[in-house]
Amino acid sequence: MRQQLASGVLHWGGDEEGGIPFQFRDPEHPERLLGFEVELADALARELSVLLKHKIVAQFTPYEWVSLATGLARGDFDVILSGYEITPERQQQMRFTRPYYIYAQQLVVRRDETRIRGLADCRGLAVGTLSGSAAERVLEIAGIVQRVGFDGQVEPFLELELGRVDAVLLDTPIVTFYAEPNPRLRTVGAPFAHGAYGIALRPADAALAACLDEALGRLMEKGELAQILGKWRLWNTDQARLARPPRAAAELAGLGFDPQGRPLPDRPQPREVVAPDLVTGRAARLSFWRYAPLLLRAAGVTVLLTVLSMGVAMAVGLVVAVARLYGPRPLRALALVYVEFFRGIPLLLLLFFLYFGLAQFGVEMPAVLTAILGFGLNYAAYEAEIYRSAILSVPARQWEAARALGMTEALAFRRIIFPQAFRTALGPMTNDFVALFKDTSLVSVIAVRELTKEYLVLARSSLQFVELGLLTAALYLLMSVPLGYLSRWLEQRAGAR
Amino acid sequence: MNEDCDSPLPPPAAARSDSTAGSDVQCAAPPRAAPAGDGEELIEATGLTKRFGERLILDGVSLRVRSGETVALIGPSGGGKSTLLRCLNGLHGWEQGSVRVGPYRLESTGNVRPNGQAAQQVRRLLGMVFQDFQLFPHLTVLANICEAPRRVLGLSRQEAEERAWTLLDRVGMKERATAYPDVLSGGQKQRVAIARALAMQPRGLLCDEITSALDPELKHEVLEVVQDLRRDGMALVVVTHEMGFARRAADRVVVLADGRLIEDGPPQQVFEQPASPRTRQFLSRVLA
Ligand SMILES: Nc1ncnc2c1ncn2[C@@H]1O[C@H](COP(=O)(O)OP(=O)(O)OP(=O)(O)O)[C@@H](O)[C@H]1O
Ligand SMILES: [Mg+2]
Repeated sequence: MRQQLASGVLHWGGDEEGGIPFQFRDPEHPERLLGFEVELADALARELSVLLKHKIVAQFTPYEWVSLATGLARGDFDVILSGYEITPERQQQMRFTRPYYIYAQQLVVRRDETRIRGLADCRGLAVGTLSGSAAERVLEIAGIVQRVGFDGQVEPFLELELGRVDAVLLDTPIVTFYAEPNPRLRTVGAPFAHGAYGIALRPADAALAACLDEALGRLMEKGELAQILGKWRLWNTDQARLARPPRAAAELAGLGFDPQGRPLPDRPQPREVVAPDLVTGRAARLSFWRYAPLLLRAAGVTVLLTVLSMGVAMAVGLVVAVARLYGPRPLRALALVYVEFFRGIPLLLLLFFLYFGLAQFGVEMPAVLTAILGFGLNYAAYEAEIYRSAILSVPARQWEAARALGMTEALAFRRIIFPQAFRTALGPMTNDFVALFKDTSLVSVIAVRELTKEYLVLARSSLQFVELGLLTAALYLLMSVPLGYLSRWLEQRAGAR
Repeated sequence: MNEDCDSPLPPPAAARSDSTAGSDVQCAAPPRAAPAGDGEELIEATGLTKRFGERLILDGVSLRVRSGETVALIGPSGGGKSTLLRCLNGLHGWEQGSVRVGPYRLESTGNVRPNGQAAQQVRRLLGMVFQDFQLFPHLTVLANICEAPRRVLGLSRQEAEERAWTLLDRVGMKERATAYPDVLSGGQKQRVAIARALAMQPRGLLCDEITSALDPELKHEVLEVVQDLRRDGMALVVVTHEMGFARRAADRVVVLADGRLIEDGPPQQVFEQPASPRTRQFLSRVLA
């Protein structure tokens, strides 16, 4: 813990696509993060500062929800604070603090739905939820076969409206903001399957966990947690379960309950309340001038990733091609293995392995570097084959002409054969460049914010899927179409000479 | 650099061979304009035997060429002329026999192409020009000529270009120095190819049917250039189907058929009193 907090920063990981009320981009100022967990993290940092007697600030690390556990293990951040349910499976891998919120599952249907009165009626129907969430697990146990898992909390409700799923089961905080304001949807039955969100830590960080427990207790006692929950419409009578001995009575009071857990009639009311229609799109649309710079910056990341990855691919590819063509037999075999291996495995798997797998052996690279290496190594296999056939397509008599002038084999290759081969290779390589350009969208799995990821984040927080999608597509086309022309032009030129 | 363009022909061979090969070459340089065949023996192939797979292509061929001598190598198609030529500068390996060029001896067994220092030195001493030119398509005419002098001989860019301009002038290609090979006519390409070979200041030149791809008018301009070289005291081995050229311009005519050297003598003798019936048969066919 010394290590983690000595720098004065509490690094917390979460999914900024987690949405309202957890953490999301402010539609008015898309570069700013809002949400009850953002406020909780700041409040915790303040408490920790007091406890440890030095200044500590909370800093957010955006991450892909499904990768949070690996990111924690990898040390990309110190705690997970992202609507992370405390489950027995997770408790085996991670350490949890005491709960900071009690959630339940809520079933949502279309307003005109008549068949469904509870989860039992959903057998044989399609039920949407978030992939990897506790709700999905509840559906599984309830014997619902047609579970449709989504990556964002917006999509299940969109699909429900469109009739592509018949019901949605999700955590109550999500339902509060995404379903209740929507006149075409309604909830059925009472919330059930209660669970708790906790802050997850690496198993070794017992001391940090104890500090966070202490800080959470204080926030409860002081009524700060109740304030935050109230502001975000999350306060309900279930929260009485958060209080714990030895200071249960004081914590209950701070949370707005009497010692028996009944809500106090005069519990402090939150000073401001976030409107649920924040998400309906009417209250706050992202204006072009707000999102365009963000998308442009992300497009810059995409270009940078593509260019650097292609650089690596072209360099490694050349080495592999030369080894494959002119190396001694064992090296030739090795180069062939390289090509077959990297052409044969999915890029996604490679990225995951490089980022999370290698971390377990102590090799930890920044995400961007991992991405460049992953794409570079993968594309190098393709570039190697392009080089190889281009080199072989240079007439053998050119070698002869070069040798006849007294050139060594190496010199002949470098000055005569390769430059010709490179011209031939440029066309197909530009083609690969365009493909790579689009493949870079895969890096969102290791939390690099390029264009596609930025689009998803913005679209999910603003619901402007179409408008943002068109701009994003336009940006991609703007970059790839000219490259396509360049590729064809280069191919023609190579063919002409 | 255009001021240099008016410079006369390259310096005489004696001076040139000193500046190129330097101390590596122990043999004395031939005197300029020595009478044909009086120079030192530059090329010596002894008992060359070569196969492609099972087929015997060269069957114990021996050939000597002196500095200042022009040897026309003729014979039926498939007789092994190109193969022999490629053995002389080590572009092909052979099975038995040996090749010496100047002070360098090329070794080969099992048809493996000679490589390494000796082979490179031999290729510096013997330039080669091909039927299909084999200019480097990615380089301009000037760069085609400068490439080897700069990278192999280590000349500076300026030195190499000076040399190139002189040669371009000599082959009448100065105006096309900045063109790429693909826009040149066949005759122009071949003249550039000759200039490229000469830029290494070799002491001998191997020409493999360098006019076969050209129409008669262009043939003439290329053959002019070759005859001009003869005056420099260079050893020339010219594979040709131009019997007129062989008769007029060669000091010796050598006939290669079925992998064997069946005739070797002055043009007069080979064309008028050939010793072997195979030569007679060949000549009657091509001269008919
Ligand atoms: N790389 C090769 N592999 C196998 N066989 C070859 C190869 N090069 C030449 N040959 C064969 O060797 C024989 C001699 O070929 P070469 O090119 O030396 O003949 P040539 O006298 O130059 O004929 P031409 O007058 O038609 O050019 C031919 O039968 C040819 O088919
Ligand atoms: Mg031939």
